[in-house]
Amino acid sequence: MVAAAHTTLSFKDRVLEILCHVPDPEIPCVSVVDLGIVREVKDDAVVITPTYTGCPATLAIEADIRAALDKAGLSALKIETVLTPPWSTDWISKEGHAKLRAYGIAPPVKTAVQCPRCGSVHTEELSRFGSTPCKSLHRCLDCREPFDRFKCH
Amino acid sequence: MRDAALFEYACRLGDDSLILGQRLSEWCGHAPMLEVDLSLANVGLDLIGQATHFLKLAGEAEGKGRDEDKLAFHRDVLDFKNCLLVEQPNGDFAQTMARQFLFSNWQELLFRELYKSTNPTIAAVAQKAVKEVAYHARLANEWIVRLGDGTAESRERVVNGLDWMWRFSDELFEVDATTEALIASGVAADVRKLRPEWDAIVAQVLKEATLELPKPRRATLGGRAGHHSEHLGHLLTEMQFLQRAYPDAKW
Repeated sequence: MVAAAHTTLSFKDRVLEILCHVPDPEIPCVSVVDLGIVREVKDDAVVITPTYTGCPATLAIEADIRAALDKAGLSALKIETVLTPPWSTDWISKEGHAKLRAYGIAPPVKTAVQCPRCGSVHTEELSRFGSTPCKSLHRCLDCREPFDRFKCH
Repeated sequence: MRDAALFEYACRLGDDSLILGQRLSEWCGHAPMLEVDLSLANVGLDLIGQATHFLKLAGEAEGKGRDEDKLAFHRDVLDFKNCLLVEQPNGDFAQTMARQFLFSNWQELLFRELYKSTNPTIAAVAQKAVKEVAYHARLANEWIVRLGDGTAESRERVVNGLDWMWRFSDELFEVDATTEALIASGVAADVRKLRPEWDAIVAQVLKEATLELPKPRRATLGGRAGHHSEHLGHLLTEMQFLQRAYPDAKW
């Protein structure tokens, strides 16, 4: 079944399908594709871009992508890193937003910060720096739960 | 050497970020509150990320096969080109914030200029990092206000911290022959032009903090030429220990 599905996919779609199963090491509910880390799949390379300049997961992400490609027999595919245009949270997909919310992290929207648990917009920022460089720490003033927010970047 | 001037400039940019990132990492587990601990560690990580990009570029400009790790861990103190401000000891929390306040507001203005750099890597890193640096500046500005307009003790500590760090601020706006040539070719930013805006930001934040501008002092210069304070050697001893004891160790 799986093999049959593969034969009907183009090469690029097949590579993307593999990458969709490579989770972000720090926020494993989203994949490197959801986060917009994968820019492009070329015939001979996967083009990726780092998220935050100081993201300590950058090397782990590249190693995880390498391992997934190797496992799929795609060792010939190189990994290229580009810095421009700079990554921003606008590169996170709609599915990525939904997965973050379901995981308990408020997705990066420019409108009012919404509690991922009860949906209230009655929230306050506790710290602009959270458990990872990409997140800030908030509290819901209705359900009183603290939560992380993926910072708009 | 392929491009000596670019090597020099990329080392200066990278070393500023690397040394301040290392300094901030010394706070890890020691900050006054968990939130502050996380903040300082995050700012440190951002800076080390910047350093990675700039030192990689330096290694390519040099063309002798040294990468960012070689440059960070296998250069000695006289070959570091960071400004003296970033190597100053953390002191207490107020002194650390005084250093961050002077540096991050400067770095934000610098990176906004470097957007336009004719070197594509410098322009890309500046564009990418400036949003993070804006966070660093806001964090420091808020703490300066909170400490300055806080208790008698917090005020005394931040006044002392600013008084110590102030003498190193003129160096941020220094231009020498190397940078002069790179400004002409559009690679480097002319930091002299950033001074009025930086002065205005600093004055505004200090006013809000009910603090006076520190008294003018004779500028202490020399970091860009590799003439450092005694503090940098001690910092490198700790930062470079593992790679010096076990060259090229990986894990």
